[in-house]
Amino acid sequence: MGYQVFGKREFYSNIKGEHSYFTVRIADKKIHSNVNDVNLMASFDAETIFRHYDEVISGGGIIYDSDIIETKTDTVRTLDAPFKERLHKELELKNKPFTVAGVLEIAKDKGVLLFPVSFKSILHTLSEETENPRLRGLVRMYNVIGVSLSLGLVQMPPDSLQKTIDTIFSKKPEIAKLNQLTAIHSYNYATTNFKNFDYILLGTEKESRTLLVQGFQGTALGKMACGCRFQPYYPITPASDESVFLESHELFEVIDNRPGSTAVIQTEDEICAIGMAIGGALTGTRSATCTSGPGFALMAEMLGWAGINEVPIVITNYQRSGPSTGLPTRHGQDDLLFSIFAGHGDFPKLVYASGEIEESFYDTGNCFNYAEIFQLPVIHMMDKFHASSVITCQRWDTKKISIDRGKLLEKVESGYQRFKFSDDGISPRSRLGMDNGIFWNTGDESDETGHITEDPVLRVKMMDKRMSKLDLILDRIPKDEQVVSHGVDDFTIISWGSTIGPIKDAIDMLKKDGISIGLIQLKLMHPFPADYVKSLLKDVKIIIDVEANYSGQLGKIFKQNVQRDIDYFILKYTGRAMTSTEVYDSLKKIVENKAEKREVLIHGA
Amino acid sequence: MALKPAEFKTDVHNDWCPGCGDFGIVNAIQMALANMGVQRDKTTIFSGIGCSGKTSHFINTYGVHTLHGRVLTFAQGAKIANPEMTVIAVGGDGDGLGIGAGHFVAAGRRNVNMTYIIFDNGDYGLTKGQASQTLKLGEKTKSLPSPNTNSNVNPIGLAITSGFTFVARGYSYDVRHLKDLIIQAVKHPGLSFLDVLQPCPTYNDLNTRDWYAGTDLMDEAQKRHSRIYKLEDTGYEPTVHYDTEIETNEKLSQALIKSLEWGNKIPTGVFYKNENTTPYTVRIRDHIPNYLENPPAKQNISKNGFSNTDISKILDSLEV
Repeated sequence: MGYQVFGKREFYSNIKGEHSYFTVRIADKKIHSNVNDVNLMASFDAETIFRHYDEVISGGGIIYDSDIIETKTDTVRTLDAPFKERLHKELELKNKPFTVAGVLEIAKDKGVLLFPVSFKSILHTLSEETENPRLRGLVRMYNVIGVSLSLGLVQMPPDSLQKTIDTIFSKKPEIAKLNQLTAIHSYNYATTNFKNFDYILLGTEKESRTLLVQGFQGTALGKMACGCRFQPYYPITPASDESVFLESHELFEVIDNRPGSTAVIQTEDEICAIGMAIGGALTGTRSATCTSGPGFALMAEMLGWAGINEVPIVITNYQRSGPSTGLPTRHGQDDLLFSIFAGHGDFPKLVYASGEIEESFYDTGNCFNYAEIFQLPVIHMMDKFHASSVITCQRWDTKKISIDRGKLLEKVESGYQRFKFSDDGISPRSRLGMDNGIFWNTGDESDETGHITEDPVLRVKMMDKRMSKLDLILDRIPKDEQVVSHGVDDFTIISWGSTIGPIKDAIDMLKKDGISIGLIQLKLMHPFPADYVKSLLKDVKIIIDVEANYSGQLGKIFKQNVQRDIDYFILKYTGRAMTSTEVYDSLKKIVENKAEKREVLIHGA
Repeated sequence: MALKPAEFKTDVHNDWCPGCGDFGIVNAIQMALANMGVQRDKTTIFSGIGCSGKTSHFINTYGVHTLHGRVLTFAQGAKIANPEMTVIAVGGDGDGLGIGAGHFVAAGRRNVNMTYIIFDNGDYGLTKGQASQTLKLGEKTKSLPSPNTNSNVNPIGLAITSGFTFVARGYSYDVRHLKDLIIQAVKHPGLSFLDVLQPCPTYNDLNTRDWYAGTDLMDEAQKRHSRIYKLEDTGYEPTVHYDTEIETNEKLSQALIKSLEWGNKIPTGVFYKNENTTPYTVRIRDHIPNYLENPPAKQNISKNGFSNTDISKILDSLEV
């Protein structure tokens, strides 16, 4: 079709039964986020209508099942009390009944177009036409009916719908056929019965080499491409998708070489996951694990071991809302400070954050290079907004993935010492099983061979050797990999991670109002590139920190390192990602001097 | 080719207490490695935390002194990434059966081809003698303010029920016997476990060398000069020969019953051995056919400094 899309999944911590939904924004140019306004809502059940009716704008439409119009709020058991209370108040105010019909009336009064369809009768008709009585009660078909109705309504040519169904059910031709029938029937129902909808999608010019990817695929494919061959992991939302993808694609071709593979091992807990990854890394294998906040918390002790033993591992940290179990399936950039400070004692680590999903593929390659060049653990910050977004982007190019293994040795002569002092603090690295490369590791302080020492003089030398890597990192990593300047202005935002997407779109929206706002995107979060950030911001008058957590964690390390106060915070910790609309609104208030110091966003069900 | 045990010794100063049972175990490991003629740089000793954790520093192979309770995680990771290596993990009973018990059980389920040796002394030596997992309920060593309030873990029983496929017990003062057990354990194609009884002369005044020698007993054990006896001397047959449920269950139950024996007669030797259970390498090879020829540690990941992995088919499938 040629469109660019930005989609996002929202779901409860529940297997089935609770309310899940998917928002997708479609455009003919590159987009980076969701917006507040909904043009078309395709609903299959009453709960969706209760929860989202007010997001649809005047001139927009709601497709709904006319058989459930009289459903009362009280009969939808999954509507939680606080939400129901708010909804009832609204319905009372507008003098409407506590039913689907009630909320739809509010929508209609606002100018929303209603498209009622009896889902049951669609199945009945189909059942009779195909003489298949089973079809009559097949409510599982409701999602196909809903999607097909909506595509008919926006007049999207039906071939992509048909192709998609064939792909999904490629292994079950009978079921594919049933779905095709239902889809076409529903699609035609919409085109015949519904007219005069403002929004149509006839397709646009296709840009070649465009991918449709899910967020977790960036780091997964990045790991494959950059030679990560070992990934132990423990299941946790929203990180497991990456590991499962790696395991599903464990075998692959290697150019001019025998086929390669990734050993993906499900462990008994996150401690074992990182322990195995360290063991793998000691053999010279590029090794990683992937986790989220609670799992990362368990890894903290091991992180220090990897630090003192200078072991290159990558931990992909898909953050979610904390603290504790928090909102386990919801978004949050909650763990920046924890990642930077995780582990007891002083040891060097590198914390790196990807902005948009498209970057995460290339960043993954860089993270492995950093780990091996500087011989330390690297924490790659991702989050739930990344993991469950679906986007279009330029096809990833493996030719741009450089592999730099630092001082990893190919062979060793005699007299090897793993932690030999050197000019740049980095010692040549042997690997377990290598001829003549014997070394010792220990979590205790050690001498150059790796044996325990408690000598105070040697202790200082070793500590200085390891910690000197922090300066080396700032010196060696190219500036544009540390910080991306998207332009600097009197008002300039500092931000990091997935929040960059909504900010970019908000800045574009403001441009149309004649307002120009700068954006500095931090990628190297630790060690903090203080001098470079300072120089970028030297002429900036107002600094705005935008991030998805309570305390403005980037703002804290910014202040600590740059010694400058944040003027405004735009924060969100509802567990739902920011929309560009919300960011736009707050930025506008800031520019107009009407904002609070802390703008707290709350949009989204 | 057999080597000399001395080749497996480092010149690191050993700071264990005089008379510590650990010495016998390290000697037995060095003798076993020499006897098998393993290549020093194709062998890694992983160790946990505590007195026994220092073991890896005394052996002249690759040595990885890890964290409390976590030794099996590092060891399995390294062995899976590089299956060519001989891997031996060592640690105390507090380390492996207390804080590390979860990993112990999970390792049994995997059956990675390596060896785990527990130095079993009934106390936490390096933190000054607290009760550890194998000390019996109500026992009070001289380092405890009051009698032990916990029941003990049965290491042999736990290993058997967790899925270890070679389970044996040795005694640190019978170094020759222990060496033979270590050789069998290392050669076993799967995860092998050795529980090594080891007096702690500083803190455990109950299970002392004299106690193991049975000097407090009036009759039989005194004649044998030991509480300890060898299963192989009694005609005990630990091996599952045929991969049938009946034989396996019979050998498992027999080993479990034996594992409960304690007091005036303490069995050592091999309790259970089953080569029919697929080792983890084979389980990986079932879905990664060239895993053994091209394991993670051997894979070539770059060409001229750039990625050589071909993910084009996946990218094709994602193109719209």
